[in-house]
Amino acid sequence: MAATVGALLRKELLVELRTLESVPGMSLFAVTTFVVFHFALNQNTVSGDEAAGILWVTLLFAAMLGINRLFVADQDQGGFDAFLLAPVDRTAMLLAKAIALFAYLAVLELVAVPAFGLLLLAPPLHQALPDMLVVLVLADIGIAAIGTLVAALAVQTRARDLLGPLLALPLLVPVVIGAARASSPLLVLTRAGGHVDPPQVRWLATLALYDLVFGLIAYAVFDFLLED
Amino acid sequence: MSRTLPLKHGRGLRPLSIATIAAIPLALVLVFFYAPIEAEEGFLQKIFYLHVPLAIVTLCGFVIGGLLAIVHLRTRDRQWDLRSYVAIHMSLIFGVGTLITGSIWARGSWGHWWVWNEPTLVSFLIVMLLYATYQPLRFAIEDPERQARYASVFAIVAGAFVPMNFLAVRLSSSYLHPRVLGSSSNLPPKMAFTFLISLVAMSLLFATLCSYELTAKRTRILLKARSRTLGFR
Repeated sequence: MAATVGALLRKELLVELRTLESVPGMSLFAVTTFVVFHFALNQNTVSGDEAAGILWVTLLFAAMLGINRLFVADQDQGGFDAFLLAPVDRTAMLLAKAIALFAYLAVLELVAVPAFGLLLLAPPLHQALPDMLVVLVLADIGIAAIGTLVAALAVQTRARDLLGPLLALPLLVPVVIGAARASSPLLVLTRAGGHVDPPQVRWLATLALYDLVFGLIAYAVFDFLLED
Repeated sequence: MSRTLPLKHGRGLRPLSIATIAAIPLALVLVFFYAPIEAEEGFLQKIFYLHVPLAIVTLCGFVIGGLLAIVHLRTRDRQWDLRSYVAIHMSLIFGVGTLITGSIWARGSWGHWWVWNEPTLVSFLIVMLLYATYQPLRFAIEDPERQARYASVFAIVAGAFVPMNFLAVRLSSSYLHPRVLGSSSNLPPKMAFTFLISLVAMSLLFATLCSYELTAKRTRILLKARSRTLGFR
């Protein structure tokens, strides 16, 4: 199992490295969206709830681009058929794709969060960073689990570009609630040298519960998407 | 495909229909003549006996659709997928009713057609937005076997999403707005009884409409199969 996941993950990252189809597009999309927000809101800096909202909406929509492309190559170029011919556990595909998506999201955030700090955020970014990392990781696990499942569902349909986001957005509303509420106290403007409040435990717990529940559900149902 | 005789289709439809036809007027009579007028909201509160049972039946229908989908994936019997489809389809129709009655109630008691600080209403909208993609997803897949399988996977994920979503949305506003009518346990006995009868009537209506749709769909499948064996096109 671990060897299969490793091989699939290696192939996934290698394809991304050679084609650069998803991650650069996602990152560029996020930075452009910050610029759009600047003009749409007519504000130079944001903080608190507003900052958390802008950051998470942007990250979510950028993630959607990656989710939409996650299985397209496998569907169009016979990757599914080749995988089904191999005598390996089908769940390996879910794990490899989810880890790959998690890695894409991590790279996206490596670009988008500093860009957000530079372009829009009023308080200095470093005050939020250690706690922000926890929120980002918890939210990314949920997005990766649901994103992989939704991508596998949508890729077999006629209107896959449309159905992917339509399915994923409502499913990810609890992630947005948890992540935005957890990060908004980190992004408030404080007096010089002041400390920000840590995120409330209930939001981190909501995110962790979501990750656990939908991780298990994805694990339970994914096999049924890969039969032929 | 079903191998049962056509006569077996629709069995139990008559008693179910009669029970529904009896229960709905009974519930309406209780709502308008038996239940007391509520002190604060007055006559408007009567919509509670329509709105809340509608919402409960809708959410139960969504979860039942998910459970039936689990049975479908386990047994591979397409009958269960048909049942799951009908439960979700009917819940969607009831859900539209819930949103409309909820909106009217919100307008009457708070003065706005939509209120964001009512967590149940907001969660309900999110659930409806998710289930609104069930049919587009289902009918965008041509192969009938795959269509049933994918629809079942969606029904399971969405069925689990219903309680998760209510938890998250409730958390996001519960500390600001404590709920007054949280459960039927703090209702006066006359109201609680009326509510219970309304809930039973609404559940019967749901079950009846589901069995009508199920019977119609099975009959159509059977007719298609018969006309094919007889050589009609």
